Amino acid sequence: MTSNSLSREALQAIALEALTQVAPDLAEETIPPDADLREAYDLDSMDLLNWINALHKRLGVDIPEQDYPRLASLGAAADYLHRATRAG
Amino acid sequence: MTQVFRMPSLGADMEAGTLIEWTRQPGERLARGDTIAVIETQKGAIEVEVFQDAVMGRPLIGIGDKVPVGAPMAELEPAGPTVQASGTTAAPPSERQGPSGPAAGDKLKDHPAQSGSQPEPPAKSPPPPDATPAATHQRASPAARRLAAQQGIDLATLIGSGPGGAVILADIQAASPQPETAPAPARQPTHARPDLAAMREAIAAAMSRAKREIPHYYLAHDLDLSDAVHWLRRRNAARPPGQRLLMGVLFIKAVALALHDFRELNGFDRDGRFEPAAGIHVGTAIAIRGGGLVAPAIHDADQLDLDALMTRLRDLVARVRSGGLRAAELSDPTVTVSSLGERGVDRLYGVIYPPQVAIVGFGTPRPRAWVVEQSVQARTVVTATLAADHRHSDGHRGALFLARVAAHLQEPQAL
Amino acid sequence: MSGEAIQTTYREAVRAAIREALDRDERVFLMGEDVGRYGGCYAVTKGLYDDYGPERIRDTPLSECGFTGAGIGAAVGGMRPIVEIMTVNFSLLALDQILNNAATLRHMSGGQLKVPVVIRMATGAGKQLAAQHSHSLEAWYAHVPGLKVAAPATLEDARGMLWTALEDPDPVILFEHVMLYNRTGELAADADAVPLTGAAVRRDGTDVSLITYGGCLFKTLEAAEQLAADDIAAEVIDLRSLRPLDDATIMASVAKTHRAVIIDEGWRSGSLAAEVSARIMEQAFWELDAPVGRVCSAEVPIPYPRHLEHAALPQVPAIVAAAKATLGR
Repeated sequence: MTSNSLSREALQAIALEALTQVAPDLAEETIPPDADLREAYDLDSMDLLNWINALHKRLGVDIPEQDYPRLASLGAAADYLHRATRAG
Repeated sequence: MTQVFRMPSLGADMEAGTLIEWTRQPGERLARGDTIAVIETQKGAIEVEVFQDAVMGRPLIGIGDKVPVGAPMAELEPAGPTVQASGTTAAPPSERQGPSGPAAGDKLKDHPAQSGSQPEPPAKSPPPPDATPAATHQRASPAARRLAAQQGIDLATLIGSGPGGAVILADIQAASPQPETAPAPARQPTHARPDLAAMREAIAAAMSRAKREIPHYYLAHDLDLSDAVHWLRRRNAARPPGQRLLMGVLFIKAVALALHDFRELNGFDRDGRFEPAAGIHVGTAIAIRGGGLVAPAIHDADQLDLDALMTRLRDLVARVRSGGLRAAELSDPTVTVSSLGERGVDRLYGVIYPPQVAIVGFGTPRPRAWVVEQSVQARTVVTATLAADHRHSDGHRGALFLARVAAHLQEPQAL
Repeated sequence: MSGEAIQTTYREAVRAAIREALDRDERVFLMGEDVGRYGGCYAVTKGLYDDYGPERIRDTPLSECGFTGAGIGAAVGGMRPIVEIMTVNFSLLALDQILNNAATLRHMSGGQLKVPVVIRMATGAGKQLAAQHSHSLEAWYAHVPGLKVAAPATLEDARGMLWTALEDPDPVILFEHVMLYNRTGELAADADAVPLTGAAVRRDGTDVSLITYGGCLFKTLEAAEQLAADDIAAEVIDLRSLRPLDDATIMASVAKTHRAVIIDEGWRSGSLAAEVSARIMEQAFWELDAPVGRVCSAEVPIPYPRHLEHAALPQVPAIVAAAKATLGR
């Protein structure tokens, strides 16, 4: 995987792009990096799963179910993916 | 013979639809079930299908036109190889329209059907079975009428392929949900977002009718979901995200299986008489961000394994988000399941979506103190509820039904 | 069934049935015009006079009313008579005996009298015998409570219905279509009695039910064969019993195919086809996907000239066309 080289900022951009793919109705929103996606943007469990699936496919990162809470916001997701891609 | 494609009814509460897009152009061949147009309704953008093999003919309304249910939308030419008239008898398709046809550019704003228009004596090759103008009464065979009633299909939305334009059994079967429907071609999110205000009106009308006409009774049952949670966790841990299941899928399957023995909860109220449905098509409530919801059908949910159900649910949610629900999915549910997911409240008391007769609700599963074999343990518990139409079932049967749902959820591996 | 089959004709099968009845039950005797020395005008009873003698194979005067009445009286008196009437046209002379006596005596005697008579008669057209010898009046008899009416069309039924009819305590009328007598085929050597009631599905199909009986059965089967070439799977039902009608078999077939055509050599107006059609409306209306079709004889006295006789009767192309019409083809 070449994703080792991706910066945290790039990962956050990827997370946002993936999110607007699975939830196109959020495309016009400005989502602050620290906003809780489920609380503030009403992401349901299917949206969340689709988003995580998109990230998994894009980055090859394994995201087990028990880690879902660690991807509560775009910023948290970027942190998580940054750690995971460096470790991988 | 040129036939007319009319604005379909996608539910008892639909009065009109707005044409957003023709997905086929004049001259293109249509197989039955093909999407012909996208229309905007109170429930969002819906793809509508043709019910017969045909060739797309002249459009009779334009993009943006809003016409009532039953109004002509386009001409359809016969699908046979004889489309191209070979000799001197047939006029080119575009000139076949009798005097009842609108002049080019005319808009059929407020004319539900062009019945009573001028007598139309174009030269038809076979003599019509009788001389009465095909006016108000939709001709349909008895077998077609019965199946249409069972499936909740409005005959007025169909174009018959039988003698004299009569609707026959094959027309209804073509309009019926296909259990093995292929997943929709992944549409890019080009459709308009649902008109939330209009959707609010539609929900208001349906729910007012439900509360006005349906004598609901309500039951609630707490059930231990721990085994199902553990089973799901183990199963998902071994799979990539794309193959993981959601608990909601287990709920849908458990309800569908339980309905096998409780047919009085699966069907429709028709003027106070219960009409059982042949298949179990679970309407799955999907909330729309910003308000509103739709409950499109997962057809024959009892027949699908969990992976297939998950695929269908994922597809439905995607199309609710992006537009592109199909007509049959909105008109077909025989029962509704509403599950609040992980961020809801403990229990929900549903309002039945007419003409259905039952809605099953699942609150948010939570750890609770639960007595297991004389000791108190922390277990994951969910409250299942049933709101059902007391005209057609009673609390005793409803209670047995919820107990059956609970029993199915104790054996998730068998779902 | 032993599996052993013999080559035979419909005529021989009827004769074998009569022989069996004469052998099995000494109360059985046969009477009718020219059934003895002459051997029957359709040669069904040829040879029986020599084997069974004038007591049991009785030639009668040309008086249908007289000998049919005598047969009915013998049945009431404990015998098991087989009365042969040359054609259904002539049976009208015996109608008074059949309707006013045979059909009513059990009812009017409060069950004290039985009338176990069997009346065999030829029916139908196709032999250029003109309008006084060619009609199909089965429906008139099927109209009458107190009678059982059957129409054997196959070798098995020709061979097997007579004994069952003789066992029946009520009068039974057996209609033998004149065009069937020469039909040849294989019949099990040990062919035995068959039930008198109940229709038979002679060919399975899913697209349209062709309902017929008697002389039209084989035309209908041929039509079904032609329809199959056009990918239309026709189911062929042989009514066998015209009274009582086997509603269950008819409705089950219509429930499967959703379309029905009735083929009946009787005239359309007031025909058996009309009765079957009405019952389908009553009992299977919601199964129908097309109007019930009928193929019947033209409403004329059956003509003498071959081409006109042919044109007046139900024929294969008309059956095919009617079946296709129910499919919109």
